[in-house]
Amino acid sequence: MSKHHVTTTVNGDAVEFLADPRETLLDCLRDHVGLTGTKEGCGTGDCGACSVELDGTLVCSCLVLGVEANGKTVNTIEGMASGDALHPLQRKFIEHAALQCGFCTPGILVAAKALLDKNPDPTEEEVRYWLAGNLCRCTGYDKIIRAVMDAAAELREAA
Amino acid sequence: MNYHLATSFEEAARIAANAGGTTRFLAGGTDVLVQMRAGMVLPDDLIDLKAIPGTDAMTQLADGSWQIGVAVPGARLGANADLCRDWPGVVEGMELVGSTQVQGRATLTGNLCNGSPAADSVPGLVAAGATVVITGPEGSRELPVEEVPTGPGKTALNKGELISEIRLPARGDNAGDAYLRFTPRTEMDIAVVGCAVSLRLDGDKIVEARVSLGAVAPTVLLVAEAADAIIGTTLDDAALDALAAAASKAAKPISDKRGSAEYRIEIAGVLAKRAAKIAYGRAKGDNK
Repeated sequence: MSKHHVTTTVNGDAVEFLADPRETLLDCLRDHVGLTGTKEGCGTGDCGACSVELDGTLVCSCLVLGVEANGKTVNTIEGMASGDALHPLQRKFIEHAALQCGFCTPGILVAAKALLDKNPDPTEEEVRYWLAGNLCRCTGYDKIIRAVMDAAAELREAA
Repeated sequence: MNYHLATSFEEAARIAANAGGTTRFLAGGTDVLVQMRAGMVLPDDLIDLKAIPGTDAMTQLADGSWQIGVAVPGARLGANADLCRDWPGVVEGMELVGSTQVQGRATLTGNLCNGSPAADSVPGLVAAGATVVITGPEGSRELPVEEVPTGPGKTALNKGELISEIRLPARGDNAGDAYLRFTPRTEMDIAVVGCAVSLRLDGDKIVEARVSLGAVAPTVLLVAEAADAIIGTTLDDAALDALAAAASKAAKPISDKRGSAEYRIEIAGVLAKRAAKIAYGRAKGDNK
């Protein structure tokens, strides 16, 4: 079984790895690139814990093969903060206690950022529908929604 | 597993026709990767179609008809204002498939080829009169969408054949379509019943109609009797009742955890009425 040479840009950096064609992008990010912030929840596209942006589109990295990322741009949770300065979404998640165990948090942050990049002023309903594919078994979601709405407001003021 | 990155449909068809074991075509991958993960399908040859020119394109031709590439994901359909204006029912059906993340990958062609009787994007395509172009080792052929699925998980595609394009007819004037599904939840659920209606008006009178039902039979259905019940009418109460009766009569569902057969038969009629009213409003120029 031959491995495939994959060249990608991950969080702005050129990255190369060898992928078995059966490995998902999630497997490759975690096991070959060493970026373990992206989590595996269900592995079947139901929970959103593995959310990343692929060429600017929000996807489940468990539903993309590593070889499919060849020549593409991937953004993960590791690219969200600027050095030690947290992204406003990350700060608001802490302020609102929008996490408990934290396993779903990277995926939700990546998904929420994709929404705010597209729609800086979403309604609560739009946030809830956008994040419907991100499951959280701890918070009951309300705190997450409040944190996203608050971060959106702060980002609009800063803009 | 051999991973192939095909650069033409003819090449993809040739690889599949010559393959000895299990073959899968890969576009969005939201069904194939789940099946691989579950061990349900372990392809010997996986043929990625996304490097084939045109697979990511949506084109409106001079005659008003549309060509939709096999790798165009749902999110891009919804972002195309011209397509949303022409075929809102087709777009709203596709947009009900999965989460935001799934919308970033999942395709109309994949939803069709997965062969689920509950596929949300298929009734809208059937009501619209959409066709698919199929490329195979013997050349290409065109097939109406309603003839593609032949049973749960089964399609009319032969070994080595694959869909290379979806075609939507020109919408034309005074026309509208709509898709509705019933699910217990508002999001991330599978249709208990789905119904799409496409129609054209002359003044207030319906002169053309197609009605399609999902999740009430082994395949998505095109229900000519339901269309006949509203053609020639102004969609008055008597026409709506006749439409509901015809839709319920055509429904031959199973009972499962999502709903009983009796319930699905009832809901098929209810959704047909509601979808017809929305399509009628859109044909009159309503934006919703």
